[in-house]
Amino acid sequence: MKSLRRFLTRLFNSAARRAQEDRLREEIAEHIALQTAENLRGGLSPVEARRQAMLKFGGVEAMKQDYRAERGLLFIENLLRDVRFGLRMLRKSPGFTAVAIVTLATAIGANALVFSALNGFILRPLNVPQPESLYGLQFGEGTRGAQSYPNYLDFRDRNRSFDGLAVYHMTRVGLDTGENPTRAWLYEVSGNYFDVLRMQPYLGRFFHSSDEHGANSAPYIVLSYAYWHSHFQDDPGVAGRTVKLNKRPYTVIGVAPPEFRGTFLLLSPDFYVPMVSFEDESALNARRGRWIFETIGHLKAGVTPVQAAADLSAIGDYLQKSYPKDNGKMNVLLARAGLYGDTFGRPIRAFVLALMLLAGLILLAACANLGSLFAARAADRSREVAVRLALGASRMRILRQLFTEALLISTAGGTLGILGGAILLRRLVAWNPFPQFPTNVPLNPDGNVYAVAALLAFVSGILFGAVPVKQVLHTDPYEIVKSGSLTKPGRCITLREVLLATQIAICAVLVTSSMVAVRGLVRSLHSDFGFEPWNVTLADTDLDMAGYSADAVPAMQRRMIESIQTIPGVSAVGLANCPPLGGCGSSRASVYTDETSDLGPSNVAASAMTYQVSPEFFAAAQTPLLAGRAFTWHEDKNAPRVAVVNETFVRKVIGSATNALGRYYKVSNGTCIQVVGIVKDGKYTSLTEEPQVAMFFPILQAPSSESFLVVRSDREPQQLAGAIRGKLRELDAGLPTFVQTWPQALDFFLFGSRMATVALGVLGLLGAILSITGIFGMAAYSVSKRLRELGIRMALGAQHKEILQAALGRALKLLAFGSAAGLLLGILASRVLASIVYQATPRDPLVLCWPWVWLGCWLPGFQRNARCPLIL
Amino acid sequence: MKQKTDVLQGTLALMVLKTLDVLGPLHGYGLARRIEQISGDLLAVNQGTLYPVLLKLEQEGAIASEWGASENNRRARFYRLTRDGRKQLQVETQDWEQTAAIIGRFFAAKAEDLS
Repeated sequence: MKSLRRFLTRLFNSAARRAQEDRLREEIAEHIALQTAENLRGGLSPVEARRQAMLKFGGVEAMKQDYRAERGLLFIENLLRDVRFGLRMLRKSPGFTAVAIVTLATAIGANALVFSALNGFILRPLNVPQPESLYGLQFGEGTRGAQSYPNYLDFRDRNRSFDGLAVYHMTRVGLDTGENPTRAWLYEVSGNYFDVLRMQPYLGRFFHSSDEHGANSAPYIVLSYAYWHSHFQDDPGVAGRTVKLNKRPYTVIGVAPPEFRGTFLLLSPDFYVPMVSFEDESALNARRGRWIFETIGHLKAGVTPVQAAADLSAIGDYLQKSYPKDNGKMNVLLARAGLYGDTFGRPIRAFVLALMLLAGLILLAACANLGSLFAARAADRSREVAVRLALGASRMRILRQLFTEALLISTAGGTLGILGGAILLRRLVAWNPFPQFPTNVPLNPDGNVYAVAALLAFVSGILFGAVPVKQVLHTDPYEIVKSGSLTKPGRCITLREVLLATQIAICAVLVTSSMVAVRGLVRSLHSDFGFEPWNVTLADTDLDMAGYSADAVPAMQRRMIESIQTIPGVSAVGLANCPPLGGCGSSRASVYTDETSDLGPSNVAASAMTYQVSPEFFAAAQTPLLAGRAFTWHEDKNAPRVAVVNETFVRKVIGSATNALGRYYKVSNGTCIQVVGIVKDGKYTSLTEEPQVAMFFPILQAPSSESFLVVRSDREPQQLAGAIRGKLRELDAGLPTFVQTWPQALDFFLFGSRMATVALGVLGLLGAILSITGIFGMAAYSVSKRLRELGIRMALGAQHKEILQAALGRALKLLAFGSAAGLLLGILASRVLASIVYQATPRDPLVLCWPWVWLGCWLPGFQRNARCPLIL
Repeated sequence: MKQKTDVLQGTLALMVLKTLDVLGPLHGYGLARRIEQISGDLLAVNQGTLYPVLLKLEQEGAIASEWGASENNRRARFYRLTRDGRKQLQVETQDWEQTAAIIGRFFAAKAEDLS
């Protein structure tokens, strides 16, 4: 209490800069007068009386110093004085200040961006209570996280490690709220989903396992907050409303809380529906088809992930033994929920961590730059420092002043960087790269991000502020005042030069790898897909959403094809359940050789990509037919089953290429299928995949309600899309359709490599700017240090070229050395890149010649820079 | 003449409080004189050190000051004890006596007492 009062008074005095000097002076005068009078009474002469009084009082100035220290807060006052002085100094050299602030702002901004990715994907995974004990199941071999419903029930009921296991699966659905039918994404979930996640509804109620009574029970939906907000206008009375999903009625019972955006970080659903009310009984009963996306649950308290995995693997063994026809080996692993185990988790984690490392390096490079700028500045100011030292300032006091300046810059740069980063992040979060997916980019900056960025700014301020410390500590005021700035020749390699060379090398790595990535990306757009995506528009509809079933589906599909064909300018129209690289869920099926009689998991010849296509599909997609024929409209349910397969299929399943046509193979239900055509291999699920086994069935023999119309036309895509929509609306106004070009759909597959390229490119650019300013700064510094020497040499008749060499030889050597090292490292790093970016090769001639381009660009700059001081 | 020690700030503060308590409001010189007299020339030099202590006590609220007229009719700053200061004096007197008593007992102790 007492000290608080004292502190507040002192703070107030400091802030008000209240001058109490007068009062003190008066008190001292009075004191001495009284003592003098006393002394006079004691019989001293007036002069001696006053002298004695002064002696007795003691050192007046020292006392005043104490008095002042007592009155206010000396530390804060000095700090404020330093800040004021620092601001004045920075204002005096606006160029230096601007360069320093911008350098730091970009570095801090880049770090804030990358850290928020790290934060969003790794540190802060899911917005659910106790996310640390929430795990997702991965089934070691084969189908990753996916599971069948009966198997899930067994895992749920037999395990002893989880508080409950829930499943969810993402599906697209046609939603009819009474107006315009729209397409939406939903999670079909087990009834216990929200209870397992320990969530509370924002509005209304959630469904529970007690609502489930077998197939077609519990026709309820829970809306996501965002969807409720955008499509139901925050209607508080939404609970109880009936909506139609794929033409079947469901009752809205509640709204999920705003911060909950599903259990898969990349895709947030529009609403949640109990799986039992959404799927057919056959899908729920099939033990074999592993179609459910992921199984998640909270571990029981005290159970370790390893114990739980062992427990679940034992259940997996039991399931394999009990249902050998349906289940292969299931080795269960646990992974943090949110990124679908290692499938997405591992690459994302590796990528984000690598980016963080790069961003950290960039920040270090920025610090090294600013450090050398500060050292140069301190050298320029050595006379000022010397004068202050000579006048009695302590070295600590001068260092404090320099640090204050560094921290001023780092505060300004940090604030700017954080602001810029936050703006960019908000853009990124709102950005939706794939209009057909409700992407969920968890990049919102939170307190963590701001705190880390502020901390980084502070630490880098201290770091680059510390560079000139030694210089100041070793300043000899006498020498400097006598002779001007001092150059100490002899040191071979300074720390600054090492830093700069490292920085150039890092930047060279970044630039090399980003160029490799960009070149690879460009080339991958023009590679051989096994079809020709240019000038093709895809119209994606799902007849299931409009209530078509059984025989109505193929009939409608044929009508759609015929109707689109009448659009002027359309050269070919085909239909597929999901075209290769079409941005839809592709399916696989096990195939067996004709001779196999036991169709168990162990005798599978291959797991083949399965496509159901119309006869015109191959023509519309321009997939080259190597042998045999395409389908006809006569191959329907009454005709013998046929298929068109690709080259890899022939090699792996049929065996010989010569007489493959007409041969038979089997699928898992035992049906024999005859090969009638062979098409060229293509890309099916990703651009970087190895050749895959693929087979195509006629839609009449293997019907599918999902229908992608593949429309080849030279017309402008926007117009064509309008025409396609119009035609389809004529056929059925209640059919939700999504139209995009095939290259747009390819964007989905290029997204990963594109993001990698952009991130590397931006970081590479930053690195390039930083090392350019670094080299520039070092050159300027070395020139300013040797200004006198160079001037004298010039006056003595040295040639322009020699002067340049003397001034800049070192910088150029550094540049060459750093570039060479960086290029080498960059080529090594690009090997890693080749796995992310399709067709990235470091042995690209264009990539190899960039450093020379760079040198060529910067040499003239140096000359200009060098000439200035010489003219002076 | 015995060595004049620098009086510790805390001790000096306590002396100021006690003097003001006994003698009522005083100006700086008066305080210095009294302390010097009572403590046996402790404050014979460096009387100036008193002023930072006075300021500290005032900022803590233990004493208050105002202008008044001194003996020779000049303007002088008079310090007086506040209620907070009186409380502080009581507490610190007690602490001091306790400490002194303990130390006293230690010095009075003989070898056989400690064995």
